[in-house]
Parts: sequence; C-alpha cells; structure tokens
Amino acid sequence: MNKITSTAALLLSMGIALPAAAQEDTIKVGILHSLSGTMAISESTLKDEMLMLIEEQNEKGGLLGKKIEPVVMDPASDWSLYAEQARDMLTGDDKVDVIFGNWTSASRKAVLPVVEEENGLLFYPVQYEGEESSENIFYTGAAPNQQAIPAVDYLMSQGVERWALLGTDYVYPRTTNKILEAYLKDHGVADDDIMVNYTPFGFSNWQSIVSEVKDFGSQGKKTAVVSTINGDANVPFYTELSNQGISASDIPVVAFSVGEQELSGIDTGPLVGHMAAWNYFMSVDSDANYDFIDNWVEYTGDDMAVTNDPMEAHYIGFNMWLEAVREAGTTDVDAVKDSIIGVTVPNLSGGSSAMMPNHHITKPVMIGEIQDDGQFSVVWETSGNVAGDAWSDYLPESQNLISDWRAPLRCGKLNVDTMTCEDGAGAE
Amino acid sequence: MTPTHAMNVRPESMTGSQAGFGFRHCLMVVAVLLVWFAIVSPVQAEVTPQRAQALLQALDTDDFDAKAEAAQAIAASDAAQKTRWLEALLDGRLGRERRGERFYIITDDSGREWPIIDAITFEDAGTGSRRSVDAFRINNALRTQLQGLIASLSLDEGDEATRLDAAKRLIGEVDAQSVDAVAAQLDDEESSAVRAEIETALALYRVEQGDASALSTLRGNLDTRVRNSLSTIAASDAPIAAEAGETLAGIESKRAWYERGQTLFFGLSAGSVLVLAAIGLAITFGVMGVINMAHGELIMLGAYTTWMIQQLLPGQPGLALLLAIPGGFLVAAAFGILIERSVIRFLKGRPLETLLATFGISLILQQLVRTVFSPLNRRVASPDWLQGAWQINEALSLTLNRLGVLLFCLVVFAALWALMRYTRLGLEVRAVTQNRTMARSMGVRAARVDMLTFGLGAGVAGLAGVALSQITNVGPNLGQSYIVDSFLVVVFGGVGNLWGTLVAGMSLGVINQVLQPWVGAVLAKVIVLIGVILFIQKRPQGLFAPKGRTS
Repeated sequence: MNKITSTAALLLSMGIALPAAAQEDTIKVGILHSLSGTMAISESTLKDEMLMLIEEQNEKGGLLGKKIEPVVMDPASDWSLYAEQARDMLTGDDKVDVIFGNWTSASRKAVLPVVEEENGLLFYPVQYEGEESSENIFYTGAAPNQQAIPAVDYLMSQGVERWALLGTDYVYPRTTNKILEAYLKDHGVADDDIMVNYTPFGFSNWQSIVSEVKDFGSQGKKTAVVSTINGDANVPFYTELSNQGISASDIPVVAFSVGEQELSGIDTGPLVGHMAAWNYFMSVDSDANYDFIDNWVEYTGDDMAVTNDPMEAHYIGFNMWLEAVREAGTTDVDAVKDSIIGVTVPNLSGGSSAMMPNHHITKPVMIGEIQDDGQFSVVWETSGNVAGDAWSDYLPESQNLISDWRAPLRCGKLNVDTMTCEDGAGAE
Repeated sequence: MTPTHAMNVRPESMTGSQAGFGFRHCLMVVAVLLVWFAIVSPVQAEVTPQRAQALLQALDTDDFDAKAEAAQAIAASDAAQKTRWLEALLDGRLGRERRGERFYIITDDSGREWPIIDAITFEDAGTGSRRSVDAFRINNALRTQLQGLIASLSLDEGDEATRLDAAKRLIGEVDAQSVDAVAAQLDDEESSAVRAEIETALALYRVEQGDASALSTLRGNLDTRVRNSLSTIAASDAPIAAEAGETLAGIESKRAWYERGQTLFFGLSAGSVLVLAAIGLAITFGVMGVINMAHGELIMLGAYTTWMIQQLLPGQPGLALLLAIPGGFLVAAAFGILIERSVIRFLKGRPLETLLATFGISLILQQLVRTVFSPLNRRVASPDWLQGAWQINEALSLTLNRLGVLLFCLVVFAALWALMRYTRLGLEVRAVTQNRTMARSMGVRAARVDMLTFGLGAGVAGLAGVALSQITNVGPNLGQSYIVDSFLVVVFGGVGNLWGTLVAGMSLGVINQVLQPWVGAVLAKVIVLIGVILFIQKRPQGLFAPKGRTS
C-alpha cells in the first residue's frame, strides 16, 4: 500500500516541481518540506516562510546580483521520497545551490547520504536528538543541550523530583529520553522516580496513560511530565489532561515539540501554565521579532498567523547562508561550507547566533508557559547563548566525541581521548 | 532568574510535607482565616495615586520571588483596586508602558491591537500593542499564589464551593499552631461536605501525632494525601504503624476496585470509538461485500461538517454539535451515494478493483480537503457539557467527552439495529444480501437498495466523524488512522453481523486498555493484532457467524 502512496505522491509532486526552468541566471534554493500527508501540518508553513524570505531578499536586490529562485518539491511525508527528491534537486535540470528542508529525524536520516554523496547543502530547522554530524548538513534547530537539558534544569529548580518521560515512538524521543534519563540519574534521581512511556504516531487514546501519570504524580513528590510527543497526538493528549483535571500546578508538562502552531488547534484555557522549551517564542520582546511577525502576517494575509521556533531557525539559517555566499563570492558548496563557519547573524530574540565548527549554532534557551491566548510567556531564559553540541556529554558512548569541520581537522566524529577521527574527510 | 540562583531556592521549597511551591503555607493561613474574614470584612479606603504607583512599580521585576512579595503587599494594602489588579496580573493583562511610567490593564488581549485602561484610575487609555505595553509575566508558583490571594479577597461572597476548596487544601497542612483554629472552624461550619474535609484534615494530623483512635475517621478515605501519609507512617516504626498499615490496606483494596472500574470504562470508551468507526463499514463491507478504502475519509467528512457548522454558529458549540449529527450524516451519505453511483456499481463482483478504486478515492478526498480547507488541523470546540469529568470520588472519574461518545455509540447502534430489523429498507437489504437473484424476482429493486445501503453506511461513518471531532484532531489524515482498525473490528466480529461488530469493538477496546499499562501502547496494539489473526485462523467466520446453509 505504501508503494502506491509514494508513486501517487511522486506523480503529484512532479507537477509542482516542473515550472522552474524559466529564467537562466538565477540562484536556486530548494525547499524540501511536505505539503501533503501527516507532516503537512507542520511543514507547509515553513515552505511559505522560505518563499517569503526569498521574496524579501529579491526585493532587496537578490544575491550576488542575481535573483533567487525557489524550487519547491513535496515529499508527501514519505521519508524515502525525501531522499529521491533531494537527489532530484541536486542533480536534476534545475540544480539547486542549497536545500532548506525536512522536519522529522527519519526524513533527515534518509536525506543525509544523498547530500553527502552529491555534495549538497542542507539546512535543517527543527530541534533534534543530536548524535549526528554531517559535513553537508547545518543544524539550525536545537540539539538536546539547547532544549531538553536546560528545561530539566529549570524544573529541578522548581522542586520537581519525579519525572514522567512521555514520547512518540521514534528516534528523536527515544534518544532524547535516553540522554535525559542518564542526566537525571547523574543528579541523584532514583529509578523508581522515572517513568518512560512511548506511544505510536497519531495516538489518540490517552486516557489510561494520562490516568497512569496522574497516579504516578500522586505519590507525594512533586512530579513533572517531559513530553517529546510529536505532531497530531498532542491535541488529544492535552485535551485528556484538562478533562482529567490535571492542571499545571499539580503536574506541569514541559514539551519539546509543541509550539504556537500546534496550540492554534487547541483551546488553551485549561492548559495555562504548562510549558515548552524552545529557542524562540512568538512573544519574545524584540523589534526584530515584531518586524518579522508584521511581515509574516502581511505575507500570509492572515491576522491570526503565528510564528514558531523552526521558523526562526530557517530565518537564521537563510541569513547565514546569504552571508556566507557573500563572503565566499560564490554559491559553490565547498566555498560556502568553509566561509559559513563563524558567520554571525541577528536572531529574532534580540541577540545574534553564530555558526559553530560542528555545524550547529548558538542560541538562547527559553522556557515559556502557555497562556490562555495560545501564546507562551517566557518565565526563564539562559543568560547568554548556548552552543549546540552534536554529541551528547551525558551518554557514555558519545561523551568523548566532538565534531569540527574546519580544515585541517574536517571530522564529524572525533574521539578526543584517542584523537582518532571516526567519520569525515579527516578520517582518511 | 539564573539556574544557580534558582537552585538556591530549592531546599527551602522542599521543607513542606507535601512537595510543592513555597506558598503552601500562606494558602493554609488563608484557608484557616476564611471564616473570620467572612465576618469582619476589612474596610477598604482609597490610597493615594503615589502609593498605588509604588505598589504596581514593585511588580516590575524579572525576579519571580520579588514579584510574589509585591503581589502579597498589594493584597495586604488598602488599595480599593487591589482585586482587579491581582486578577489582571493572573490573566497576564496588567502591564506597564514600555517607555513611560503609566500602568495599564488590557481589557481584551485577542488580536494585535488591544483596548487598554489606566490601571490606577480605570480610565480609558485608548489602545496598546505588544510594542507599547509590557505585560507582567507570572509563572506557575506565582499563579498558584495569586489564585489563593484572590480567593481570600473575595471571601465576602465565600460560598460553599470556595469553602470546600479551602478545606480540601487543609488536608496534610494542619500543624500544631493551626490545629485549634481549624477545630474552631469545624464547629462553625454547617455544610456537611466541608465538614467531612475538615474532619479528614484534623484526623490526619492526629494520626501523624500518634493518635490511633483517629484512624477510624480515615478508613476508606480515597484522598491521595491521606494514602501517602499513612504509607509513610506504616513504613515507620511508630507505635501505630501496624494499625495504620491495616487502614492503608483497606484504602488500597478499595482503590484497586475503583481502578478496575476505571479501566473498564477506558476500555469501553476506546471500544465505542472502534464500534462507531467500524459500524458503517459493517454495513457496506459486511452486508454489501464492498471493500471501501475511502471509509475513513467519509468519517473525516463528518468531522469537517461539524467544524463547518460550528463556523456558521460561532459561540454555540453545543447547538452546532447537535445540528452536526444530521448534517454529518447527510453530507457523508451524499458523498457515499455519489461514490456508489459513479464508481462502485460498475465494479460489482470485482473486489480487487473496488479496493484500488476506493483507495484512489480516499487519496482524492484527502487532497481535496487539503486544498479546500488547509493541511492544518481544524479546531472543533467542545460544548461545556462535554468538558471535564464526572468525578464520582477521588479514585474514579469519568471524562465527559468519552462518556458522551460511549452513549452516542450505543444510540447509533440501537437506531441502526432497529432500522435493519423493523423497516422496509432493512428487510430489503437483508433480502438482497441473502439472495440477490431471488430478491430481484420478488420485486426488490436491488440497484436502488445497493445505493441506499451504501449511503446509509457512509452516513453512519459521517456520524462517527461527528463524535470523533470531540476526542481527536480534525484534519485531512483523520480517516487514515481508523480504516485498518475498522476492518479489523468487522472481520473479528463476523462479516455481516451488527452485533458482532459491537461485541468485537468493545472487547478489542477493553483488551487493549487492560494490556496498555503493562506492555505500553505500541506493543498492546501488536498483541491485539496477533490475537485477532490467530482467532481468525481458528474461526474464519468471526465471532458471530451469519446463520444459514451457505456459511
């Protein structure tokens, strides 16, 4: 059945991808986000945002004197289709200079070998589980140390002693929870005080799990839920929480995949006080953010349009790439890969973000509490930027690994104890 | 607040017997003094604008502890505006001018330009936006404190619900200083519900002090704080440890029974969703033998109809939901008849082609919805009577939306069953199913019956969509998640049998919910699937086999 889906979706997407070959001398930017299927709910907004950013840049005169031309494809939430279309973008008639795309880790893992083989550039805008570094991928979303660890620190400071780690059953929640479990145990949390539970994608039958959490939280110790529940399953989860009367003052939930976009589908009245950890909230107080929101509202023509963290990541990523191309004077992939490291551009929360040698960026970490208008109010923020860490320091298998793509090292997986490179150009 | 600073606060906040934020104590005092406040309401006077300004000024800090003190100071002051300030602060609507000294209350924070009033004089101050007004932020701890403060300020109208709430908070919080005041409060209290809570609070305190006679009051009490205190005592070497252990065992066995009841309810409600989704299919697949892969999308159309009717009737989700019941049925039935007339009737007796064609239709319908509406999920509001839970006691509560779906499922089933059993259409459908040629020669218009049956099955799918809009996402993928489950239920229950569908759906729901706490949601589903496959191997005709020589 899956084969039929992908074939059908491929046929559909070809129709969208064709109308590119019009102008000759343009810089082509690939946008690889699902516009149909399960992930369309999250990814279609990012496609619109990229189109807006490209349009704005063209109004400012384009790049290197040329216009930027978007090449949009629809991988239809099918992971293998992401890989096929990425190859199309990198080798096809309208060969793109850079790709902005992907959301789920599964799709990124599918595209990774393709961009490495064809030597492309991919900007990946979503928070992810880390434990990966590719010479051709730039991770503008948060690594676990830029989201999960600070969030747990904050909850500990609020007196939380028992932890329910709930997640959707795939690589991101499993790895993140593995890191969190190791981190909590390092901080003296007993095995009995940690509950881990995984549910399938799109799960909607939350009653017994929520009631289990309620029971877990009624043992006399302050309890919190750390949620890596992804996508559609969140709405029934939060509805069930409020129906079972679990308020944020009883058992607060801190989520890593719930942003303004996801909340726009829920009545947030009963959820006030539940939290999310991100590097950006639509409510952050900065002129850059207000301008961005104004532009976005104007571009979408929807007064209620919301912005979210992955959108900021694309905003930062796109500006970094522009800057790196200007510096290199060419869109040549190898030149841009070298020039982008160290590039610093303003982010939307009033500071600036820099591209690190491990292809992750620096950003502030914020904890926001849900308000009744569907927005978050920032209750805690790191005092400065946190640099993304590709290999977690809290997992035994990766604590002595680093990644540094600068010459002459050029290594994505360097063991600092033995100084041997396990992956990357420097390995040979 | 930096992490290190926050860490320093931590040991202090853990001193209470209940882990929690440091404001518990203040809440307790508020609760204890409740009665006195109600009698001697403090006389409020105007404070000078300077003083008011100073009180609000103190809120303008990033340190939540300082903010908490400022809120406390406001509550203790004589300012006549204080209740309104605290309420606005609680709602995140109290703020200050970004480049100026004035304080504002935002009267409506929807949209991007907000009407604002001066916080001290309450005079209209035009409009503000996020660029010009900086609203004070609160966190969970401060929110809890503010709720307590506001409750204490509005004690003049302290009705039974407020007092009950305050009394519930007392459990586990009574100490040597407050025990006499609480006992005095018990004497003044008339409501029996409130009395019971205060008695529990006092008994728990006495038990903690080693008074075995107070244990009898706690017998069978389901409050988790009672259970936690008792288990601490039972595990200690206090003289009453054994007796406390006995009481605890009684409480635990009572809780276990209620928990079983709860699991059964969870199972039935999960089952009712399955039955609703499958019962339309039981008619089209079970009775007509059409493998309709677009069944899930018909469910989705029902859910979207609910959303559209709600858009047409803003502010009346209850009425909209009731209207959506016929609406969803008709829309889905219309689409069903269209599909039957335009595709399925030409593929009669060719199941594989029907499967592929209807699968194509399902993709078309999904993408149609994505194009017409949007790929984003739509928010269907729940009316008040479907929100929250029916709290039977501390250990057992039934969520109302699930209960509603369960009842709706039973009503739909009964109606469908009656239709098949007692109406002419039902008779004709059964006749055509049993022997098509014979039915035709008896004057039954089989083609018309096919069309109506398919429309009926589709319409029932629409009804399922209306119900599902109350418990899950309304989006283009809604149907996909139910199609496999629906076929599973119909095949398990026995093709062509409505009762089979009901029993199969309910039992799969219950089995799933019983397994879930042990093996997790993913594995529970796998086990159920394997179980059904094995069952079908043993008994291919399903739970309820159709009677007759052909079977």
